[in-house]
Amino acid sequence: MDAAYINPFIDATQRVFRSMLDLDVATGTPAMCRSLPQFDVSGIIGMSGDVIGCVVLSLPLTVARPVVGRLLGTEVSHTCEDFADAVGELVNMISGAAKAQFDGKEVSISCPSIIIGRGHHVARPSNTVCVSIPCEVYCGSFSVDLAIRPIAGPAEKPAPA
Amino acid sequence: MRILLIDDSRTMRNIEKGILAQIGYTDVEEAVDGQDALSKVDAVNPGLILVDWNMPNMDGLSFVKAYRGMGNRTPVIMVTTESEKSRVVEAIKAGVNNYVVKPFTPETLSQRLLETIAKSKAA
Repeated sequence: MDAAYINPFIDATQRVFRSMLDLDVATGTPAMCRSLPQFDVSGIIGMSGDVIGCVVLSLPLTVARPVVGRLLGTEVSHTCEDFADAVGELVNMISGAAKAQFDGKEVSISCPSIIIGRGHHVARPSNTVCVSIPCEVYCGSFSVDLAIRPIAGPAEKPAPA
Repeated sequence: MRILLIDDSRTMRNIEKGILAQIGYTDVEEAVDGQDALSKVDAVNPGLILVDWNMPNMDGLSFVKAYRGMGNRTPVIMVTTESEKSRVVEAIKAGVNNYVVKPFTPETLSQRLLETIAKSKAA
């Protein structure tokens, strides 16, 4: 995957955590991964337009709870509706801020979906490779997993509604 | 002044409510999407509206177009992840008065709120 589609997610993740959570995120070297996602909690956003695929904010519960707690101002159980809503808002902001840096590309993002559960699997779109960006905050590790690619040409673009 | 918050995320509405309270605005009503907001605007009669762009049922841009189409002049601030210049221009053309890109710091949102309120009072 072209770095032009990876670096915006590193920058966006750091900006979202700094602005909204007052947290610094250290990122490691992005690496190819065989499957999505890495951890128990997945916030998923679909991309369409000139770039297609999906973005997964993947967190272990041990990290998701305190991170969500910071955003909500109070710690909540992962079974609470607000927990999923907050994870969705985080991946929404990360994806939105990243796509703005895709030079000259018109990209739309979907409303977020949230999956919580150990060992779940998110199917990636065909012809995409997975790249995982390792991230570290004070309470542990999480990742931003990407399975996105630019469309091959106009033929792949859906007809306007 | 009564303020209407339109966002499908309760998390975001709560964050916005907290920032509004810090600058002295506590009379707040909420809607979960554009359709919900249109059904409430007459009863709520807001003095200011904050609206997200990407929402199910009716998005923020469609809401602003419909709301302005009804002849309403209440100031509207778009609070969204959509930060491309083309989107900002599209929103302003539809009748948005100010624009805040998510993620934002509390200071940024407070500043935009206060400047929009000051402009509407001066008009």
